Amino acid sequence: MEGELAHIGAGLAAIGSGAAAIGVGHVAGNFLAGALRNPSAAAGQTATLFIGIAFAEALGIFSFLVALLLMFAV
Amino acid sequence: MATDTHSAAEAAGPGMPQLDITTFSNQIFWLLIALVVIFFVLSRVALPRIAAILAERQGTITNDIAAAEDLKVKAQEAEAAYEKALADARGEAQRIAGETKAAIQADLDVAIARADAEIAAKAAESEKAITEIRAGAQEAIREVAKDTAKEIVAAMGGKADARSVTAAVTARMKG
Amino acid sequence: MSDGESLMADDAHGEGGGLSFHPMDQFEVKSLFGGDIGMFTLTNVTLWLALAVVAVFALMVLTTSKRAVVPGRGQSIAELMYGFVYKMVEDVTGKDGIKYFPYIMTLFMFILCANFLGLIPTSFTTTSHIAVTAVLGFGVFFAVTILGFVKNGAGFLSLFWVSSAPLPLRPILALIEIISYFVRPVSHSIRLAGNMMAGHAVLKVFAGFAQVAAIAPVAIIGVMAIYGLEVLVSAIQAYVFTILTCVYLKDALHPHH
Repeated sequence: MEGELAHIGAGLAAIGSGAAAIGVGHVAGNFLAGALRNPSAAAGQTATLFIGIAFAEALGIFSFLVALLLMFAV
Repeated sequence: MATDTHSAAEAAGPGMPQLDITTFSNQIFWLLIALVVIFFVLSRVALPRIAAILAERQGTITNDIAAAEDLKVKAQEAEAAYEKALADARGEAQRIAGETKAAIQADLDVAIARADAEIAAKAAESEKAITEIRAGAQEAIREVAKDTAKEIVAAMGGKADARSVTAAVTARMKG
Repeated sequence: MSDGESLMADDAHGEGGGLSFHPMDQFEVKSLFGGDIGMFTLTNVTLWLALAVVAVFALMVLTTSKRAVVPGRGQSIAELMYGFVYKMVEDVTGKDGIKYFPYIMTLFMFILCANFLGLIPTSFTTTSHIAVTAVLGFGVFFAVTILGFVKNGAGFLSLFWVSSAPLPLRPILALIEIISYFVRPVSHSIRLAGNMMAGHAVLKVFAGFAQVAAIAPVAIIGVMAIYGLEVLVSAIQAYVFTILTCVYLKDALHPHH
């Protein structure tokens, strides 16, 4: 019973990955919108873009990790 | 083969090998060795070498650019010299052509003047001859006309008065 | 990731029939010559770390052995890597960060090679292990923190005191900054391990679907697509790890906002 609940929890935690996907899409989309307005400034900001994506993605990875822990470690 | 490692994995947890603490010391040990090796390979061999290559290339490029700049200046100088020589030659040619033209013109003028004079002389001569011939011809015509008139008058039965015939012929010839 | 491995996993788990997924088996640390795993045992971790070292050596040393002024293919790659990381360090940390360039280059080359080696089917991905990435992440964290205090003394603490914010807000901001500072090594290492682990586990799950003949073509196309994504992720995670290291280094060298 506890194991099954853990599996449900893992599934719930996996929703966080989707949320992270929204976040990453937001970052990339806004970058693109800004880059199209001012293409000359875009090249210098790619590093910032990747840092932003990395931060947004890290939280999704955390939720994925929680899911894994519930699946395999609990 | 897998059973002994599995027993270790099972001891830590059912599934995630990442959380198997018994293998941590092993991983960390080998990782540190790998990192130290990579660090020394890079910092002692690879990075100085690549930096040297890049610097050498930069130097070569700079030298080449300087050499190219030098050659460009030389080429420009050569071009200027060439232009100057060309201009000089052109001026010289124009001067010679002008002089030659003047000389020829002078010769030509003399020749033309002489020819004009000769032509004028010839023309005057011819004019004179023509006038004489014309005068001679008129005289002859008059004589012929007088004689013919006299003969005609005689043939008609009249007696020709020389003076009146001459006056009539002269009047006719003027008419 | 191979059939052999998954069969072996089946045997080990003693399950039979139907779909069986063992996406985490590929991350298992195994002794190369049998026996228990102690600190100095030769394991598959050792093997793939050694291969990563060999790859770095081949990529950066062997290719540049000719020292050609006009580079060949291999030397171009080595120079490209060098130029890429050098420019990253210079752009993010400024001129005084250049002397830490060899350390950052070491991190970048190791993570890049380990990630790409992990993509070889049936290989073992060293960077998918939290123990490995935690060493990298906490190594960076401690190095940067110590460096910050050595360079700036107590002035390093001004990193947490946001002087541009209104005074009443500053203690709250300082608390947030401190928490985020201490979360850094965790997120730094978990990000890399999590990305690698997730990608490889997904690959394995898709490969598991190929057990059913009806959906096998879809599964294989899925594996190919995810594999392409994983190639991208491998490079991007190496880049992200490196550039975040540069950002932390910049904070240590210039803590004033």
